[in-house]
Amino acid sequence: MKNICAVFLKQVSDTLKNKTVLIQFLMFPVLVIIMENAVKIEDMPEHFFARLFAVMFVGMAPLTCMSAIISEEKEKNTLRVLMMSNVKPAEYLLGVGAYVFVMCIAGTVVFAVVGGYSGADLALFIAVMSAGIILSELTGAVIGVFSRNQMTATSITVPVMMIFSFLPMLSMFNDTIRTAARVTYSQQLSELINGIGTTAVSAESVVVISINFVLAVVLFTVAYRRKGLE
Amino acid sequence: MSCTIKSENISKSFGTKKVLDSIDLDIHSGEIFGLLGPSGAGKTTLIKILTGQLSQDSGAAYIGDKDTRMLTGADHKRFGITMDNFGLYERLSCTENLKIFARIYGLPNNSISGALAKVGLTDAAKTPAGKLSKGMTGRLKLARAFMTDPDILFLDEPTSGLDPVSADEIHKIILSEKARGKTVFLTTHTMTEAEKLCDNIALLNEGRIVEYGMPAEICRRYDHQRMLKIHLYDGRDMELPHNRDAAAVLAELIADGKAETIHTTEPDLETVFMEITGKELSA
Repeated sequence: MKNICAVFLKQVSDTLKNKTVLIQFLMFPVLVIIMENAVKIEDMPEHFFARLFAVMFVGMAPLTCMSAIISEEKEKNTLRVLMMSNVKPAEYLLGVGAYVFVMCIAGTVVFAVVGGYSGADLALFIAVMSAGIILSELTGAVIGVFSRNQMTATSITVPVMMIFSFLPMLSMFNDTIRTAARVTYSQQLSELINGIGTTAVSAESVVVISINFVLAVVLFTVAYRRKGLE
Repeated sequence: MSCTIKSENISKSFGTKKVLDSIDLDIHSGEIFGLLGPSGAGKTTLIKILTGQLSQDSGAAYIGDKDTRMLTGADHKRFGITMDNFGLYERLSCTENLKIFARIYGLPNNSISGALAKVGLTDAAKTPAGKLSKGMTGRLKLARAFMTDPDILFLDEPTSGLDPVSADEIHKIILSEKARGKTVFLTTHTMTEAEKLCDNIALLNEGRIVEYGMPAEICRRYDHQRMLKIHLYDGRDMELPHNRDAAAVLAELIADGKAETIHTTEPDLETVFMEITGKELSA
């Protein structure tokens, strides 16, 4: 626990000075406040931007942050120093993962307030977002572990992040894309968030998200066994 | 005196390339031991094995009486390591960098200022690590290694790429640690550094130890390299081997009043290494 806290606090200090990572946590929460207050279009669903950006946020921020943090530590050999200081790989990943989770939950609170959620809807929104954050973190961790340096990580992160964060938006305009995107957790998160207050949680969403989770865990295990954390 | 670091017949290969071949070392408590060799000789691989970062293919290595493959977190706290490729958190200040490790090791905050003071970085405590000069970066890495007040220091090329003044500052820090009874294992490809700091050295070439002992003793073994250098009044220089045959020539030169200055050149580790391997240490 001591080492997890040390990694967590290290990440707090570092991110405050790391604009690349910090902007990932701030961009969509700030954007949603601006858009919800500045853009009013007739017939536009209520809190349209809060729902749209929440899904984009969950598909982008945890994924890019995890891959960026891990790959930077590998490239600059700071991870090796931590490992030599008796920080176990699991402790490191939990410390960084907990930090990214807390920051993303802070963003989620902004979306919840702007989106006008309360009571059971608020609980469901946060639960759905939490599941998405964990899945995106796992995906980001797979990329971070797999990559030797930040450049490799970025070249993998960008297309993966585009798929998970933009597919739900594109699927609003094209049924074929929507059908294809249903196998991704971010599309299912989008369906769940858009259904809060009107539709019950579908079995399809639960199954797809669960399968995505298992796949992410398997991929992470394979990447970790092949590459380790150094 | 007890043996702090010991390696017995250690061998290590990467693929088909044998990087270390039957390495035997006995390093005693309180000594500065230098491992010298050109780049690619296997120095870093050996330090990784001795610190438990890497497993050997055969043989055994011990810190105290503990096999380095069985080292635990508590054991790691007993030794400080700086390696050339060990990174710093560049956006964080010197203090913040050390604070991470103070938390990990459960050390009080005053250990940070103590470690910074020891390496002369008190004034740079708030400077981001990425803005430090190379010499200061090296000192910050040393401060990190000193944080737990370890019994053993493993320093991999601690002065690599540093200017003479910065290197001298680090030498003083290393010598002050020896004066406090610490054991220092350092790798270097600079023979002057080894001659200045080390009680014992090993010359490593292509994974094998080719010489082992006290620097002066090793140089004495290659005494046949000692030369007489004579500068003549007519401006010419002569070199004679340091033996009986030279004595007659020298006596004649002196009798004829031709010799202006005479001095002997002692073999140094660089020339010894050249003789053994045909290579330069700094290669």
